[in-house]
Amino acid sequence: MDMNEIKEIFFQECEEQLAELESGLLKLNDGDRDPETVNAVFRAVHSIKGGAGAFGLDDLVSFAHVFETTLDCVRSNKLEPTQDVLKVMLKSADVLADLTNAARDGGSVDEARSRTLIRELEALAHGETHAAEPAAPKPVAAASKPAEPAPVVAKPDVNDEGFQPIPFSFGDFDDEPAAQYVPTCQIVFRPNRELYAKGNEAVLLLRDLSRLGEMSVYCDMDRLPPLDKMNPEEAYFSWKVSVTTDKGEDGVRSVFEFAEWDCELDVRTIEEEIVGDAADDDEPPMQAVPFDLSLLEDGPAAGGEEEPVASESDAAAAIAAADTASKVAQVASRAAENAKAAAAAATAAQANQASAAGQTIRVDLDRVDRLINLVGELVINQAMLSQSVVENDNNGVSSINMGLEELQQLTREIQDSVMAIRAQPVKPVFQRMARTVREIADITGKSVRLITEGENTEVDKTVIDKLAEPLTHMIRNAVDHGLEMPEKREALGKNPEGTVRLTAKHRSGRIVIELADDGAGINREKVRQKAIDNDLIAADANLSDEEIDNLIFHAGFSTADKVSDLSGRGVGMDVVKRSIQALGGRISISSKPGQGSVFTMSLPLTLAVLDGMVVTVAGQTLVVPLTAIVETLQPEASAIHSFGASQRLISIRNSFCPLVDVGRILNFRSTQANPMDGVALLVESEGGGQRALMVDAIQGQRQVVIKSLEANYTHVPGIAAATILGDGRVALILDVDAVVAASRGQPLRQDISLAATG
Amino acid sequence: MTYAVKNLIDGHELIAFRIGDQEFCVNIMSVREIRGWTPATPMPHAPPHVLGVINLRGAVLPIIDMSQRLGMKRTEPTVRHVIIVAQVGPAAVGLLVDAVSDILTITDENIQPTPDIANETEKAYARGILAIEGRMICLIDLGVLFPHIESEAA
Amino acid sequence: MKKKVLTVDDSRTIRNMLLVTLNNAGFETIQAEDGVEGLEVLETSNPDVIVTDINMPRLDGFGFIEGVRRNEKFRAIPILVLTTESDAEKKNRARQAGATGWIVKPFDPTKLIDAIERVTA
Repeated sequence: MDMNEIKEIFFQECEEQLAELESGLLKLNDGDRDPETVNAVFRAVHSIKGGAGAFGLDDLVSFAHVFETTLDCVRSNKLEPTQDVLKVMLKSADVLADLTNAARDGGSVDEARSRTLIRELEALAHGETHAAEPAAPKPVAAASKPAEPAPVVAKPDVNDEGFQPIPFSFGDFDDEPAAQYVPTCQIVFRPNRELYAKGNEAVLLLRDLSRLGEMSVYCDMDRLPPLDKMNPEEAYFSWKVSVTTDKGEDGVRSVFEFAEWDCELDVRTIEEEIVGDAADDDEPPMQAVPFDLSLLEDGPAAGGEEEPVASESDAAAAIAAADTASKVAQVASRAAENAKAAAAAATAAQANQASAAGQTIRVDLDRVDRLINLVGELVINQAMLSQSVVENDNNGVSSINMGLEELQQLTREIQDSVMAIRAQPVKPVFQRMARTVREIADITGKSVRLITEGENTEVDKTVIDKLAEPLTHMIRNAVDHGLEMPEKREALGKNPEGTVRLTAKHRSGRIVIELADDGAGINREKVRQKAIDNDLIAADANLSDEEIDNLIFHAGFSTADKVSDLSGRGVGMDVVKRSIQALGGRISISSKPGQGSVFTMSLPLTLAVLDGMVVTVAGQTLVVPLTAIVETLQPEASAIHSFGASQRLISIRNSFCPLVDVGRILNFRSTQANPMDGVALLVESEGGGQRALMVDAIQGQRQVVIKSLEANYTHVPGIAAATILGDGRVALILDVDAVVAASRGQPLRQDISLAATG
Repeated sequence: MTYAVKNLIDGHELIAFRIGDQEFCVNIMSVREIRGWTPATPMPHAPPHVLGVINLRGAVLPIIDMSQRLGMKRTEPTVRHVIIVAQVGPAAVGLLVDAVSDILTITDENIQPTPDIANETEKAYARGILAIEGRMICLIDLGVLFPHIESEAA
Repeated sequence: MKKKVLTVDDSRTIRNMLLVTLNNAGFETIQAEDGVEGLEVLETSNPDVIVTDINMPRLDGFGFIEGVRRNEKFRAIPILVLTTESDAEKKNRARQAGATGWIVKPFDPTKLIDAIERVTA
């Protein structure tokens, strides 16, 4: 792995963190005050900043830093996350996303916007910090204090007489130039027990000192009690070291960077020592100990006679240590509270997330798709095997049959599990919509609240990927055309803030996505007039409310008087409808004047399998997607009526529905079949119209694996895809909408097809 | 020899097959497998030489009646016919032929240019003529025969 | 024998950077994604030194360090803390929890290796 790959990982991770950030902020916006939500939000920004720093992405770092600082105020309860605060933060999240994209793909960001937000974020952080000053910041300042007084405690009085200096040098490390004058430092180092408790090691510190230059070391064992009174956790030894180094006092102190809080340390250059303390000899002479580095090689625990294992170091001990060392009781108690709170939060968080987070692995999508293909083949093979056993077995109850049934069960379960691998929650798409809503609300000057429900509803990744575009357009449409301006809403007695509700749920093996707004609803008079103007309907056409509402899905239809900047863009609801249909889905609208509109989309959970009705047409086996079929009929002679030269209608409960001969449309036969010899499938098609598709016979219903025709051949008009049936032969899946359109006289088009996994 | 021909005989191993009383060959590198005839599912609106599609271990494979594609008479497939599964660009295609006759190892000298004949169809797909042991074998460019597949690859 | 380092960090980016840096420097590296996993992995991996982040889901760095120090078997292991900036309060809390030392992010490979060398034999 090289840095570029890590950078790619970083950007992937940023995307996840940004999603996390946004969802957390939205939760806060909804009044969630769970500390773990705030923590997650903070962590997301913190993480992005950390990674960005590693790659020198300075713009990203500096924005993230300001954002993080403000979030930290929220986290430490210095800043109340009001709606106003969250508004700034949500915008900041958008900017952070833009900056991330700019860092990845190049390009620029709206710098004025970032600068404004930086100011706003800073204002929030500062404004609130001042207000909360008496309570909050002081302990922070105090907490860092113990660092300073501690080293001063070291005893300055040391005796030089009786020293038996042992020259101590490491050839490997001693790269000091000997000729120059090099100052010598005198170090007194007395570890506390906490030093060992934190995994520091006196002997390692001495080793590092030795690397600074020529060193002599003396161990003071005076405090070592008799064996029976010895506590193995206590620190009894202290050392007096003199090291000749050009790194000076600073170099020596830096060795003790990690240890200085947990020891008594005195460092001074030797001249002072000679002048100041040479004559003093109150203390008993120190004994020199050979300093054997070989001990170091066999593990971390070898620290001379004393076992420098850690003390009973739990939070309490650490706090107690901090207490005595600093003598700032307040700090300790505050720290204790912090520690307790942190522990409690951690436990709570653990409980909350242990089940939710689970364990995950990241798998290349190709591998999953390969597995799905193989399982698809397994299903087909199993079906073929079953069929040939049935054909060759007259008893029907042999043990082979029972085994086969179990195999079928297992195969189906494997297939379901494999499909589940590709299933993903719709959450990321929903989150993107939140941004769309914010942006469009800003542009239109409307106040909008987006409520999302069921974002954990799972659906195949392919479906998710293709969902964003139509959904974005529908949301734009809902805010731009659906919701009224705040003043108007107020005048109508509505909440000036409009609501857009985005819901996902599973219903009978499909995913249903609803987009509801509480706006004005469809203006039927206007839609009707527009349809008449555009020659979509006759001026005197008698249409139901539902039929009028559905007119908005007609090609080129737009209700806005002038094409607005937002919903314009050359995309109408007809395009939305078509892209939903291309996914094997349907869309419908219901609207109540003054109360709003609801768009309902129903989509298959996967594009890899499909529930179909297997039918026979002109000796060929075809599969008709079950979702398109409303009902099946056995036509009677009295219900069939000729209409014009070649059209035939079938009467169903007093309404007449055009009869479509599938065999004829697909050119499987040259003459029209007799409707009485076949079965009619009543299907719902694009535009809401119903058609009766004539087929010769129904073989049954089954789930089929969708196979691409395009992979090795080309798109075939009227055919959506192919599948392989139990006999091992290929069967074609009918493109119902294309067939219906062809029956209206439009030639079979090439633009609608089911995606397939090949 | 043209560059295109060099490409076609890259590896110098060819598979020869028979349609009626004529022999043709394609580069062995483009052949994935050879299998017996299985009934194909007819495709609506397909040109006459596309007999339909079959299941090739889970993939949908179009079957081409090579005789018709090369401008000769329609084949009535039987169990004795074979399907040469060939790779053309990113797609696989099944070629229905009477029989596979030979695997040839050739040198450049074996290849003669296509004679200057009038018919545009033959001119388009024939890339050269091989004279081997008194037989005449026509070297075919599959990319020219199935341009729709080739163009999708581009 | 190679020294074994356990890294605990929820950021995939940082985990990978640690992995590359440590492997290049000849360490054996074991990784965990948060404190809870860190404590689990610890039991089986028996590392020579631990490098941990502070801000993590489920169990943060402070809690993780306390957990290690409470464990009879592992309480003497040196623990280095990754902090984004030289934040005195965080350092202090980490020390109180039982951290041995710290590394300031963004770390450069030399600093990281130096710090590890300093606390291990």
